[in-house]
Amino acid sequence: MAYTVPKLKDFSPTALDKASEKLAAALAKEAAEVQTESDWKSFRDRWMARKNGVLTLVNDLWLKAAPKENKRDIGQRVNQIKQQVEQTVDNRLAHVQGAASASRLSAERLDVTLPGNRRPLGAEHPVIKTMNEIVSVFRNLGYSIAEGPVIETDYYNFEALNFPPNHPARDTQDTLFVATQESKPLRDRLLLRTHTSPVQIRTMEKMKPPLRIVVPGKVHRNDPLDASHSPMFHQIEGLAVDTNITLGDLKGTLDHAMKALFGSSVKTSFRPSFFPFTEPSAELLVSCFICGGSGKRDLEPCRPCKQTGWIEILGCGMVDPNVFEFVKGNGYDPRKISGFAFGMGVDRLAILKYGVDDIQLFFQGDVRFLEQFV
Amino acid sequence: MQLSPQWIREFVAIPADDKRLAEDLTAAGIAVESINGSGENAVFEMEIGTNRPDAMNHYGVAREASAIYDVALKPIDAKLPDARGNADFAIEIAEPDLCPRFTARVLRSIRIKPSPERVARRLGLLDQRPINNAVDATNYTLWEMGKPTHAFDLDLLEGGKIVVRRAQEGETLKTLDGIERNLTPEDLVVADARRPVALAGIMGGFDTMITEKTRNILIESAWWDPATIRKGSRRYGLHTDASHRFERGADFESTVLSCDRVAELILESGGGELQGGVIDVVAKRLDLAPIALRVSEVHRILGASLDAREIYRILSKLGFDVMPERGGDADFTVRIPSWRLDVEREIDLIEEIARLYGYDKFANTLPAFAGAVIERPDAQRDAKLRSSLLGLGYNEAVSLTFISHEDAEQFSDSPVIELANPISEEASIMRTSMVPGMLNMLAYNLNRGIDNVRLFEAGQVFQAVDRGASELRQISLGATGSATPPSWNQPSRPISFFDLKGDVENLLRAFECNALCYDAHTSECYHPGRSARAVMDGVCVAQFGQIHPDVAAKRKLRQDVFIGEFYLDRLYQHGLRSVRYEALPRYPAVERDFSFIFSDSVIFEKIQQAVGALGLRELRSFVPVEIFRGGNVPAGKYSILLRATFQSGERTLREDEVADWSAKIVKALNTLGGSQRA
Ligand SMILES: [Zn+2]
Repeated sequence: MAYTVPKLKDFSPTALDKASEKLAAALAKEAAEVQTESDWKSFRDRWMARKNGVLTLVNDLWLKAAPKENKRDIGQRVNQIKQQVEQTVDNRLAHVQGAASASRLSAERLDVTLPGNRRPLGAEHPVIKTMNEIVSVFRNLGYSIAEGPVIETDYYNFEALNFPPNHPARDTQDTLFVATQESKPLRDRLLLRTHTSPVQIRTMEKMKPPLRIVVPGKVHRNDPLDASHSPMFHQIEGLAVDTNITLGDLKGTLDHAMKALFGSSVKTSFRPSFFPFTEPSAELLVSCFICGGSGKRDLEPCRPCKQTGWIEILGCGMVDPNVFEFVKGNGYDPRKISGFAFGMGVDRLAILKYGVDDIQLFFQGDVRFLEQFV
Repeated sequence: MQLSPQWIREFVAIPADDKRLAEDLTAAGIAVESINGSGENAVFEMEIGTNRPDAMNHYGVAREASAIYDVALKPIDAKLPDARGNADFAIEIAEPDLCPRFTARVLRSIRIKPSPERVARRLGLLDQRPINNAVDATNYTLWEMGKPTHAFDLDLLEGGKIVVRRAQEGETLKTLDGIERNLTPEDLVVADARRPVALAGIMGGFDTMITEKTRNILIESAWWDPATIRKGSRRYGLHTDASHRFERGADFESTVLSCDRVAELILESGGGELQGGVIDVVAKRLDLAPIALRVSEVHRILGASLDAREIYRILSKLGFDVMPERGGDADFTVRIPSWRLDVEREIDLIEEIARLYGYDKFANTLPAFAGAVIERPDAQRDAKLRSSLLGLGYNEAVSLTFISHEDAEQFSDSPVIELANPISEEASIMRTSMVPGMLNMLAYNLNRGIDNVRLFEAGQVFQAVDRGASELRQISLGATGSATPPSWNQPSRPISFFDLKGDVENLLRAFECNALCYDAHTSECYHPGRSARAVMDGVCVAQFGQIHPDVAAKRKLRQDVFIGEFYLDRLYQHGLRSVRYEALPRYPAVERDFSFIFSDSVIFEKIQQAVGALGLRELRSFVPVEIFRGGNVPAGKYSILLRATFQSGERTLREDEVADWSAKIVKALNTLGGSQRA
C-alpha cells in the first residue's frame, strides 16, 4: 500500500517525529524501486509535483494546518523533509542515467580505427617555405625585405654591379634577353634578371646607409628544364652597408644564419671566389647536414656533399667599391662606408633539405608531390 | 679546365701530396674541383675565376703554390741555339691600341713531324689532341705558361711582312676550322702584304697553317686588347683557348719568352735553325700603375689586425714589388707584376692578402645595427591571403613564367614581352596571364589519374608598356574533382561554381570595402554562364568560374575545371578589414520563411536589392534556403524559399511588428513579379 500523507491532529514533537520517520521510510522504499528513466519521472512527480505531490501535501496538511505556536518547529521540519526529498530524487536520477548510458553508449560505439573525414589543408610549396624560413632568420637580425623587377635593364643586372660591357664574367650568367632591344643604348636594354643582385643598386638608390636588406625573388637563366636545371629559380640576396662593416662581420653573420637554418652543430668555412660586384669574394660552405660532415651515410658515400663533408651554400663578399661608385651620391662613399653582400639559390637549398632528386618537381604542380609538404 | 699536378711540380718543390695540394690551392681561391687518375697521370679539374687568367696554366698555379708553401719558383728559360743572319721580316702595327706588342721569330729548315713522346703525353693528359711538332709547341707553351702563340707557314705569307690592321669591307678569311668568314672593319686581323692570314688572337688562317710541307715558320706572340678579342670571339661564336686568355688579359711581358719557348720546342724536335734574333715590336707600352696600400684600409675591410710585416710577406711571395713608404697617407707602394692585370686597386690587393692569409683565420663577428626593420607594404595582405588559401585546402604551386604565343593570344589582350633567345618556341613569351600555367598544372595531375586537385599560385604577369615592362602581381586558383575528399561515410559531390565562389567570398572578406558585387562579365576563357567577376567599389578585383568548354577540350581536360584570378594591384588598393567588436544580441531573433516563384530573369541580386530597399532596421539577414526548378514549377521559372531573420538590440520583437515587416517583404517581392506560394 502506497504511502499517503496523513492529516495531523497531534502536532507534538513526538508525533511529528513519528510522522517524519514514516515519510522517510516511504521515500527510501520508493526510491529503491526506481530503475529506469520513466520510473524516475513518476517518482519525481509523485514526490515533487506542484499539484498533489507529496511535498505539496506536506506543506498543506502539516504546515498550513498547524496551530500558530507550532508553526516555527514544523516549518523547520518541513524544510528538512524538502531537502531530503530533493536530494533523493537527484541521486536516483544519477543512478538511473548511469545505468541507462552504459547500455546506450555501448550501442553507440564506433570503430575508431576507421579513417576520419579529413578536410584537406593546403601545403606550402617547399621552395617558398624554405625562402620564408631564410628570410625570417635575417629579419630577426634586423634585415628588411626589398624587392625589384624580374625584367631588368642591363644597367642594373650588369653594369652597376661592375660587369662592364663586353666583360667575360657576363658569359657566366646565361642571360635570357628581351627581343627587339637593339635600338636602345646597351644599359637600357631589357633582360630577365639573372640574379637578385640588381635590387642592391635599386635599394641603395632609394635609401641611405646604414642599410640591411634581404631580397627574395625569381631569377631566370637560359638553361633548359631537366632534373638538375631550370630556366627559372629563386634566390635570396642580402646586403648590409654601414660605416664599419668587415669581412669578419660577413663571416659572423652568415655563420649565425647557417646555424639558425641547419642547426647549431653545423660548421662554416669560407673560400675565395670571384664575383664582379664583391671583393674580396667568397664561397660559403657548411659542414654537410646530411652526413654530419663525415662524407658517408650508412656506410654509403654521401651524395649531397660528394663525400667531401662540405656543401657549397652561397656566394658572398665585401661590396666592391666600384658598386658603391654608382650610388655614391646617395651617401655611399666607399672611403667612408663598407658593406657585404651574399646570394643563395633557394631551390637548391630546398633540394638538399628535403632530398628532392628532380628540380622539375617544384614547377609541375603535382599534388602527390606538394601534399608531402603539409 | 684541366691541369697536371706533375707538370706543376716541375716548377716548384711542393711539400704536400696531390690531395693536400688540391685542398690548399682551393682554400687560396685556385679551386680544384676534383682529382682524376693518380701518380703521374693525375689530373686536376680546375675552376678558375674569369679574373685569374694568370692561373689558367701550370706555371701560374706553380706560382700560387710557391706563395702558399713559401718555396722557391723556378724560372722558365728557353735555351736557343745561335741564330744565323738577320730575321729580315717586317712587322707593321696599324692599330697600336688594339695590338700594343707583337713579337715574332723566324725558323728555317724545320721538319714537320709528330711531337716527341713527352710533349704528346702531356697534351694528351689534358685532352689536347697532338697534331704536329710545330702546332703542339704552341699548344704546349699555352698550357705551360698561359701565353697563346701562333705558328705560320712562312713561305705562304706574301710580301715578307706582317701587318696588324682592321679588316677591309669585302675581305674574307678561311679560318683553321675550315670556315670561310666574311670580314668587316670591326675585325682585327693579322695580314700579310696582300690579305688577312689570321683573326687576331682568336684563330689562325687555314691557308697559312703548318702542314707536312712546311719548311719555314714564323712564330707570333702578341698582346691583344681584351675587349677587341672578346667582341670578335662573340661575333663569330669562336671561343678558343687563345681567345679565352686574351679576352681576360695575357701577360704583356711574356711575349718574348713564349716566342722563344715555342722556338726551342720546335727546334728540339724538328731540327732546323733560328734565323736572326727576336723581332719585338712594342707599339705602346702597357704600364701598370703602382698602387698605394694603407694598412688601416686593410683593417677597415678585413676587420683583423694583420700586421704590416704579414702584409708585406704575402704580397711579396705573390710577385708583387712592395716598397714601404715613409710619411704620407700610404704605408706601401705596390708594383704589380705584368701577369696580374686584374689587380688595379687597393681593394684588389686587400683581396690578395685575405685569400693567402686564409679566410677561415679571420674571427667571426656580428655587426651592431641601429636601423629598424621596414615592413613591405603588401606583407600583411600577402600573408593573409596565403594562409587563407592554405586553410581552404589549396596547395601552393609555382609554375614557369613563360608561355607560348598561342596562349598569350588566347588568355590576354596585353602587349607581350617576347624573349630574344627563348628556351623553346612554347616558352617564348613572358606570361601575360597566370591561367595557362594553372591549366597546365591541373592537366598534369589529371593526366596522371589524380582527379582531386586544388592549387594556387602567387606570382606576377608581365606586359610591355611604352618601351619598358610592367609586372603585376596576381594569384591564380585552380580546382577540379570533388568538393569534399572521398570518404567511406559520406558521398562525394563534384566541385561547383558555388564552392569556388564561397572560397572567393572568404578571401575577399578580409578586405575593407564599401560595396562588393558579382556579375557575369568574365573574359572569354571562362564558361559564359558559370563564371563571375568580383567587383569591389566599382573595380574588378577577381574573376573565377568554370573554364570554357572549348578551352577545356583543346587542352584535353577530361573533367570540369575551375579557375580563379585575383588582381592584386587592384585588390591591394583596399586595406585589410579592421575588426570592430559588435555587442552580442540580448533579445531573441525571429525567423520568417517566404516561398516564391520567380521568372528566371529575376536574379537573386534583384531580390536582395528589393528587400534591402525597404530599409528594415531589424532585418538581420535575408538568405535563400532552397531553390527548386522543374516538377510543378513552370519552365522559365524557379521556386525559391527565402528566410528573413529579424532581431533588435533593444527589445523583444512583437508579433504584430514582425507581421507588418513580413507583409512589406511580400509586397516588394510581388512587385518584382514574384508570386507567393501557399
Ligand atoms: Zn654529406
